[in-house]
Amino acid sequence: MVQSLSYLKESASQTAGPFVHIGLAPGDAGFDIYRTELGRDIAGPNAPGTRITVTGTVTDGTGAPVTDVLIEVWQADADGIYPGQGTVADGFRGWGRVIPDFDSGMFTIKTVKPGQVMGRNGRMMAPHLNLWLVARGINTGLNTRMYFADQETANAADPVLNLIEQTHRRQTLIARADGDSYHFDICLQGEDETVFFDI
Amino acid sequence: MTTKDLYQRDREWHPPALAPDYKTSVARAPRLALLSLESTASELTGPTFGHGDIDEIDNDLLRNYAKSGDPIGERIIVHGRILDENARPVPNTLVEIWQANAGGRYRHKKDMYLAAIDPNFGGCGRTLTNENGYYTFRTVKPGAYPWRNWVNNWRPAHIHISVFGTAFAQRLITQMYFEGDPLIAQCPIVRTIPDQRAIDQLVAALDLNATIPLDSIAYKFDIVLRGHRSTYFETRPEGN
Repeated sequence: MVQSLSYLKESASQTAGPFVHIGLAPGDAGFDIYRTELGRDIAGPNAPGTRITVTGTVTDGTGAPVTDVLIEVWQADADGIYPGQGTVADGFRGWGRVIPDFDSGMFTIKTVKPGQVMGRNGRMMAPHLNLWLVARGINTGLNTRMYFADQETANAADPVLNLIEQTHRRQTLIARADGDSYHFDICLQGEDETVFFDI
Repeated sequence: MTTKDLYQRDREWHPPALAPDYKTSVARAPRLALLSLESTASELTGPTFGHGDIDEIDNDLLRNYAKSGDPIGERIIVHGRILDENARPVPNTLVEIWQANAGGRYRHKKDMYLAAIDPNFGGCGRTLTNENGYYTFRTVKPGAYPWRNWVNNWRPAHIHISVFGTAFAQRLITQMYFEGDPLIAQCPIVRTIPDQRAIDQLVAALDLNATIPLDSIAYKFDIVLRGHRSTYFETRPEGN
């Protein structure tokens, strides 16, 4: 009989349920309980870089907005450095929590535009935000990325975008640009289903 | 900073996105395959939190929202360790919980259940694991409640738990159930998990040794995050 590999198994994921805001953004659930709510500022005022605003909606397979979703953002700073990986400006957290308007489902991300990040084997990745979505009915949090339409050259060389076999699906990861404002919709299923990653 | 790859997530151990008996998943499950990605700094780094972010009282749900007295319900301690798949403790990581009150009602304007709101219970807490990966909360045991799935579905008593770990790809939200609850085996959300061993791993054990006599009963609940893989440096595995 062979030896056993005696590793533990990761705890199974469960849906965040309908009331994720109670736990992760109680102010948005309608009650103040903590001195500071986490994830309010992705990039503090001292963080250098271009200030950008991203708006969008998460929709389900019927086209309805998912108004109870919670999105976490994780990103590098304007030089392409993640907090913890190297020195970043004071107040740059790189991480934030975003919830949409309960009625319209529109979310807004305010941050600085990230720089290019080193990928595997020294290949540079185009600037991107890493997004993680949880909501009622989502059994395991969904990972995706948001790229910028005004980074055409970098996007064309991006090793992750280039992994997507169906070239038209790459567009699901690219936010429309309008100056320093971007628009990025996420579709959980349907014709324009966003590319989600197993990371 | 060294960024080591993680163990691959065992997708057959986790619930599938589409689980038709949990009706809400039907319109919210991606239908196309996930794209498997080799990790980069984007996945292997993650946010960190410190004691400046949270207060001492944040892990005490008996106190952190109390206005005029104690919350109603069975007083419990929930404690355990955050480990990775190599059984190493995960220190200084943020653990956040939320739950219904003892009557089974959440403090949320969209919760329409008939049970009363408890004026002294908010229903959320947070803490950092210590250097040994250990965490603890004080709270009340949440009540079971009915929910709109099939007409007569009841959620077993449960606490939602969110954990970070050291890498964005370790991010996990799960639920803790209570030993001996007959509703666990009936719940469509629990049953999205295909393997009974994975379900058992989400059931906290009654821990009489951690009770406070004449005060609070205790449950022990360990949580496992993805492990870091060995990296081979020349001919030698590093980091084991």
